[in-house]
Amino acid sequence: MNKILLIIKREYLSRVRKKSFLLVTFLVPLFLIGIYALTIYLTAKSFESNEATVYTIDQSGLFANKMANTGKITFLEASDDIAAEKKRILSEEGKTFLLIIPADVSTSSRVELFAKETASFGVQDEITDQLEDVLRDRAYAAAGIDRATLESISPRVSLSAKEITEDGEKDSSAGAAMGIAMSLSILVYICLFLYGSQVMRGIIEEKNSRIVEVIISSVKPFQLMMGKILGIGLVGLTQFILWIVLSTALMGIAGTGLMGGSNAMVAKVENQELVAGNGGSAVVGSEMGMVDKVTQELGKVDFQTIIITFLLYFFGGYLLYSALFAAVGSAVDSETETQQFMLPITIPLLFTYILSFGVLINDPHGTLAFWLSMIPFTSPIAMLVRVPFGVPVWEIVLSFALLVGGFMLTTWMAGRIYRVGILMYGKKASYKELVKWFRYKG
Amino acid sequence: MLEIRNIVKQYANHRALDDVSTRVEQGSIFGLLGPNGAGKTSLIRIINQITAPDGGEIYFDGERLNPNHIGRIGYLPEERGLYKKMEIGEQMLYLAQLKGLSKTEAIDRIKHWFEKMEMQSWWHKKVEDLSKGMQQKVQFVATVVHQPDLIILDEPFTGFDPVNVNIIKEEILALNRNGATIIFSTHRMESVEELCDSIVLINKSKKILDGKVKEIKNTYRTNTYRLEYLHQEKQLTDVAGLFDITSREITGDNTTLTLQIASGMTINDVLAYLIPLVQIHELKEVIPSIHDIFVQHVTAKLKYS
Repeated sequence: MNKILLIIKREYLSRVRKKSFLLVTFLVPLFLIGIYALTIYLTAKSFESNEATVYTIDQSGLFANKMANTGKITFLEASDDIAAEKKRILSEEGKTFLLIIPADVSTSSRVELFAKETASFGVQDEITDQLEDVLRDRAYAAAGIDRATLESISPRVSLSAKEITEDGEKDSSAGAAMGIAMSLSILVYICLFLYGSQVMRGIIEEKNSRIVEVIISSVKPFQLMMGKILGIGLVGLTQFILWIVLSTALMGIAGTGLMGGSNAMVAKVENQELVAGNGGSAVVGSEMGMVDKVTQELGKVDFQTIIITFLLYFFGGYLLYSALFAAVGSAVDSETETQQFMLPITIPLLFTYILSFGVLINDPHGTLAFWLSMIPFTSPIAMLVRVPFGVPVWEIVLSFALLVGGFMLTTWMAGRIYRVGILMYGKKASYKELVKWFRYKG
Repeated sequence: MLEIRNIVKQYANHRALDDVSTRVEQGSIFGLLGPNGAGKTSLIRIINQITAPDGGEIYFDGERLNPNHIGRIGYLPEERGLYKKMEIGEQMLYLAQLKGLSKTEAIDRIKHWFEKMEMQSWWHKKVEDLSKGMQQKVQFVATVVHQPDLIILDEPFTGFDPVNVNIIKEEILALNRNGATIIFSTHRMESVEELCDSIVLINKSKKILDGKVKEIKNTYRTNTYRLEYLHQEKQLTDVAGLFDITSREITGDNTTLTLQIASGMTINDVLAYLIPLVQIHELKEVIPSIHDIFVQHVTAKLKYS
């Protein structure tokens, strides 16, 4: 036992001390935070720099004095000389636009907007909204509908999805659950391969450098294999935990930094709604609603359970698959020869991975989802896809017990192949030979 | 020290060891000899408990071989290697600890050996930064750093450069004088012949013979001598009942004969006959080398089978 600890320690330290480990560990959260901050920054920016002047040439005469100035956009009337107005746009500083409303706008529904730089979506939406409002009012009037009456009878239904559990009702969130389920399945899929192939490469390296025989004259081959698997597994766990801690910390810092900005943004938007009244900022309002909604939805997700099940299933799945990777590593002399043995490892993972997008996410409590999350070879991905949607505790316990049984079986099998494989130099192994090795005594 | 009894090792289509038994005496230098593929490495791996035999057993100091003995054995495999990217000192420490030394003890021993082999400055170097010869020294230290009672060296002198071979030979002999038992395994029989007290010869998975080198050679003496004398006009010929001449070489003024003495006669009888006839320069008994004995054995077997 003491010797296995020594091996784990070496495998762990030799990897954690590498510069590449530190680099990846610190860069990934920074990268994630960077993307997060960039999104928020860009969203905020698009609200700030909207102040624009729109010169309007109204050939239809329908819109005179009906375009309302907002805090962002000022509508000015222009002369009928289109060429002169275009020149003015070119010469003026700031965001100026030329809006040309043709005479047949009520039938063609087409207008043109000229500018030095293409108008932002905010400006475009604002203009089309106002134009549509005016046209709609005209149509209502023509049909004899009173707008005020119409709006007063506009019904609104808000649906709030709740889940019934034994602890009572709680808010459920299909959207956020889906997003998290998808990211988890990608993450596990990538990580199982990433760390599994590290085990394989480590074994090939030991075999190639011939140190393996020196070591197994001191420890049992199984101890060496398990030491390597556990050591690299701990490297993976360390990396995840550091990622979670660093991301949360950075998220906190970024959050307080951005809080001021986003508060101001919300204030501005509210302000704008007051100024613009009903139609003016409908779009902006609904965008803000989205951000709010996402935050709200994320709030409903049980992150603690997800992180714990993720770590458990990652480690369990890793143990199961890395044993197979270890067996492959012991059977070959170089990485290029591993191809022929990789198929049985890749197939179940790829299969679940693909299914998780198509079937599992849409039907997380169906029969297929249930069985895939029970079979040890597929459960590390399948169960993690299901967990954000809420899975009964007994299913998790049963599936995890099966996973533990599964990795005990694969490590035992891999161990039998490994002990023979590592001493076979320069011999190309076939599946038939692996079976033979497996049967050797002692 | 080591009692090997009826070891059988079976691989799928091939029997690597077939009922091999021998003894390694405490404090001796023992040669495990045989051509490539004879089963030497299989036997060594069984002694090192890397693989288990399919039949037979091994006793280490009277006890049945068990994992407690691992720390008392030092093994230099034929296929040598170290972690390329790990620092030498750390690597030594790791290997010594795997053999069961405590950390402080391991550090002391490593420092002692590094001083002895003049490698003090290598502690923080990586294996890939060392020359081949330096790596060999490191590998040797790794084999003996835990002061094993039994040192097993598989093809010890192949791959070492001549300077290192001498350094390492000296160190091995010193360890042997201090009580360690040494097993040399090699297919180059002549390279260890003069070092070994006893040997076992194996060929095609079977033991051919074993025992003390001196005794083996005695039993394989053929009463053959090489005689060099000053060339004279009268040629010596076979003398019935005394000796046969099996070969004759003439170089310059000298003639060299190989004489097979007839049974019942001794070299003194031959000399008594020769001294009046020729002027003798040199006389030497032709003692078969282990290699000759091996060849003789294998060909004899072939004839009878």
